[in-house]
Amino acid sequence: MSQRIVIDPVTRIEGHAKISIFVDDFGQVSGAEFHVVEFRGFEKFCEGRPYSEMPGITSRICGICPVSHLLASAKAGDAIMAVRIPPAADKLRRLMNLGQIVQSHALSFFHLSAPDFLLGWEAPPATRNVFGLIQSNADLARAGIRLRQFGQEIIAVLGGRKIHPSWAVPGGVRSALSAAGRETIRAWLPEAHATARVALDLFKQVLTTHERETQLYGNFPSLFMGLVAADGGWEHHGGKLRFTDSSGSIIADQVDPQDYRTVIGESVQPSSYLKSPYYLPLGCPDGIYRVGPLARLNLCSHMGVPLADAELKHFKSLGHGAVTSSFLYHYARLIEILAALEFIERALDDADLAGTDLRADAGINSLHGVGASEAPRGTLFHDYTVDRNGLLQKVNLIVATGQNNLAMNRTVAQIARHFIAGTKITEPMLNRIEHGIRCYDPCLSCSTHAAGRMALHVRLLAPDGTLVHEVVRD
Amino acid sequence: MAAKTLTIDGKQLSAEEGATVLQAAAEAGVKIPTLCHLEGLHDIGACRLCLVEVAGGPKLLPACTTLITEGMEVTTASERLKNYRRLTLELLFAERNHVCAVCVANGHCELQTLAGQQGLDHVRYDYCFPPWEVDATHRLFGMDHDRCILCQRCVRVCWDIEGAGTKHVSGRGGKAKIISDLDDDWGDSETCTACGKCVQACPTGALYHRGSTVGEMVRDRSKLEFLVNAREKKLWSV
Ligand code: SF4
Ligand code: SF4
Ligand code: FES
Repeated sequence: MSQRIVIDPVTRIEGHAKISIFVDDFGQVSGAEFHVVEFRGFEKFCEGRPYSEMPGITSRICGICPVSHLLASAKAGDAIMAVRIPPAADKLRRLMNLGQIVQSHALSFFHLSAPDFLLGWEAPPATRNVFGLIQSNADLARAGIRLRQFGQEIIAVLGGRKIHPSWAVPGGVRSALSAAGRETIRAWLPEAHATARVALDLFKQVLTTHERETQLYGNFPSLFMGLVAADGGWEHHGGKLRFTDSSGSIIADQVDPQDYRTVIGESVQPSSYLKSPYYLPLGCPDGIYRVGPLARLNLCSHMGVPLADAELKHFKSLGHGAVTSSFLYHYARLIEILAALEFIERALDDADLAGTDLRADAGINSLHGVGASEAPRGTLFHDYTVDRNGLLQKVNLIVATGQNNLAMNRTVAQIARHFIAGTKITEPMLNRIEHGIRCYDPCLSCSTHAAGRMALHVRLLAPDGTLVHEVVRD
Repeated sequence: MAAKTLTIDGKQLSAEEGATVLQAAAEAGVKIPTLCHLEGLHDIGACRLCLVEVAGGPKLLPACTTLITEGMEVTTASERLKNYRRLTLELLFAERNHVCAVCVANGHCELQTLAGQQGLDHVRYDYCFPPWEVDATHRLFGMDHDRCILCQRCVRVCWDIEGAGTKHVSGRGGKAKIISDLDDDWGDSETCTACGKCVQACPTGALYHRGSTVGEMVRDRSKLEFLVNAREKKLWSV
């Protein structure tokens, strides 16, 4: 109850996703902007705080992916202490991240996206949601909900029942995985595997009937960025940074996340508060890159687990070089769920997981530290500068949705171009724009309304800035 | 010593002369909320949470520093008192920057617990948001003024039990602040013995072990009680 008297440092902005679509003198769509209103005061708020508090503070930035912030923040803390954390702690953190990937991807696929392509774009918004899915395909909807529960269970078994665990800390983790917890997780695996299988088969079916969507939903060349293992394999928490281009060629590899500034620049879009990062050597906007499941699968040479590796082969066959359609984010998400399940299974049999050394202890050994981790939506960076006592002087956070912002703009423009009817924003166009954005699973409160429908505010603007048409959908 | 008889919340009881109302109430099983009081330290009546009504006078008196008298009639939980307690707690929250969700003391904080017990679910006053800083200069401990309620337990434990005399109060009113020596960085203090008694005594998340994360500051008061006991009963011959 005393929770209610605190001032929450972060005011999450509820409301509408704001989109501007620009048309030229001939009425053709020339571009689009997906405005993200993000609370930027957060980085300022942290200044002066001890770095050890940051995992707890940053996991409250966002109710949508607290675990990702928790892990990236703890890693930044490791770098400030300049320690290599005990193996058990590292493996436990990885296990939690896998749980996070499963639960987040399951939410994105089953609750938010599947109703669109299973019930049809033209289905009325009132039923084109998870409830509609429950009515038309109860087994699938229920299995999806259970799969998400499984991911959340892993997080809860490790971090405790609280919604915002401050379980990962600089130097390691606070508590071990109990033998009972291990068995709880293990017991879920067969069912989770079965659900992943069903979803994969289903989506491959969807692909055969959705060629147009694959062509139009964010299909364009761009760079891709994410963490890969030392051998180029799929990675979600350790590893180093890799960039590839749309032909699939590696253009930067094994860049230590500590040095991310040598490859990533940040521009602030005047119209939104979100920083738009770009690949530094190419500048903005040529250096536009995508992060998240699609990027990770494009970047890696193999998954490292058999079932997911078989799927990866099929996935890669869908592109010439890299897979460039953002509609295939959905497929990538399902493959990552499968890989996560296989890695979870493997982790449970790892003797290291039962280690009792969980937390390294050290003072301030570096005044600067970066923590990078693959959040479900893409690479997350926490960059801290501290004074010699460990108080934060500067905080820089780079989130997945920011990195995908430019790509989301392009996606919206591409869809608008094809579905615009004269100078009117139509309902089918709105639905498709909504889905185009959903491919990226942006971490915005407006994109995860309970009923699974995005509140949209779309404006069509002439070259001189006059409003041609405007639609608000609650 | 002579015994005195009195009533607390209608209960007849007797207690030894020289006892405080708080002590007498405790013996009679009546719980009065406190914050600045800590077993083993002398009381200073700083927090005003233990205020009680005494029949025959309009003033509210702090139970921790008021001595019992013969025939005294004490009320500890009237509506008026409950209102004052709530008000006092609200002012404590409004005065500094408390964000329990990310605090090292979350779940183990006396201020937070009391707020819960008193049914405090919102604060009617504007928060002051004062710009306090964290003193993280000490090798082992940290001090976050944002969470200090100026109960001075740290000062008293530092002087009375450890005998180091490092902690003091400087300034007045809203500017009052716990300092080390002559307002030096704690880490530069020449008197601090790094015994950590102040950290154990602190009721909130203001004093903490360095590197503590959310909810990790669980205090062990038994050590302080043990020390006081040992000294009073002369368990050690020094
Ligand atoms: S000191 Fe207590 S009341 Fe203040 S923020 Fe911490 S837990 Fe909350
Ligand atoms: S630091 Fe703690 S013990 Fe000292 S006055 Fe502040 S709240 Fe009380
Ligand atoms: S406990 Fe009596 S005034 Fe604080």
